Amino acid sequence: MADRDHDHQHEHGSELSDTELRVRALETILTEKGYVDPAALDAIVETYETRVGPRNGALVVAKAWNDPAFRQALLEDASKAVATLGHISKIGDHLVAVENTPQRHNMIVCTLCSCYPWEVLGLPPVWYKSAPYRSRAVKDPRGVLADFGVTLPKDTEIRVWDSTAETRFLVLPMRPAGTEGWSEERLADLVTRDSMIGTGLALKPGVGQ
Amino acid sequence: MNGAHDMGGMDGFGKVEAEPNEPPFHQRWEGRVLAMARAMGYAGAWHIDDSRYAQETLPPPVYLAVSYYQRWALAMEKNLLARGLVTADEMAAGHALRPAKPLPRKLTADEVKAGLARSSFYRQQQGPARFKPGDRVITRNIHPQGHTRLPRYVRGKPGVVELVHGCHAFPDSVASGRGDDPQWLYTVVFDSRTIWGDDADPTLRISIDAFEPYLEPA
Repeated sequence: MADRDHDHQHEHGSELSDTELRVRALETILTEKGYVDPAALDAIVETYETRVGPRNGALVVAKAWNDPAFRQALLEDASKAVATLGHISKIGDHLVAVENTPQRHNMIVCTLCSCYPWEVLGLPPVWYKSAPYRSRAVKDPRGVLADFGVTLPKDTEIRVWDSTAETRFLVLPMRPAGTEGWSEERLADLVTRDSMIGTGLALKPGVGQ
Repeated sequence: MNGAHDMGGMDGFGKVEAEPNEPPFHQRWEGRVLAMARAMGYAGAWHIDDSRYAQETLPPPVYLAVSYYQRWALAMEKNLLARGLVTADEMAAGHALRPAKPLPRKLTADEVKAGLARSSFYRQQQGPARFKPGDRVITRNIHPQGHTRLPRYVRGKPGVVELVHGCHAFPDSVASGRGDDPQWLYTVVFDSRTIWGDDADPTLRISIDAFEPYLEPA
């Protein structure tokens, strides 16, 4: 539904221009009133288009795979552990890392809105904010995983974390076999955004890269 | 409130469809909406829970029909009008027609990096935590007209406290203009069968982060 609106808008150009005109008018008013600075708006857009994205989280995961002390610190207090890395500034106070194991798979959702760990994953994809995901993740997570082409063993516990407060969750996916001795940079290439939300798994070496 | 936003457990929305190589914004205006919302939040015009509540109070047919950033834009317009920061005739004219109301601060381009840092929601403790990890609790069966972060599908359900996250600003209070009213925050875990019945996936456990007023001892 909501995730198809973009296509819908392409088919009905007038709706798109209505929204565009309305948003432009809003920016004009807020600028004339002195509430916002258009140059600051440009800088915000540029930040989310170019500087914040899932590579941040992938490097965190890769370090946790290679460094047992960091992994432990991450699971104990992710905000504190990530802040020590330096490549992500201002992580905030409320990041929690949850670890996938052969016994347990974690998946993150926000059924009420779109809460998502922007600092480590960037802006959420449309599907994460869409009604199909928000409605089904808490009731039929295996069905949702099937939509992503992921099948887990029948006896794996699935834990769904509904982000109902300002706490933000990062899934620490399982390290793929055959990556012993890899550098963090190389490991990070295997860590997909979806594997850190829990709708995917980390890539296997040589597959999909 | 029991709005269209509270989607956990609803049926009929179909498959989750991921878009390969999705851009951060699909249209230029989406980025402008996000940026304006962030800048107004920084300026102290409203709190994040005011933004959420403004979306929740959209009529359900509107909430479900419009896109994500259209919802943000509609919510921002509501909050601007409600606070008199912009007036209806200005909206209609597409220009400022009267003097601005003062706001605590203004985000400038060189402050954006620091200005986008996530704020802390920790607040001064008002008393000891009522629950600890392992405690059995039951969520309250509440249906407030205002903003709440207790989803419908977990109201009146037994669960177990797993994590204690400290004392946080309480969204139900913040969004109704009654201030932070700090409350302890807990991760509470539920067995899927207590929520979805005997046919539920027995391997599934679901958690929410619950503010203390949402919980009673079981």
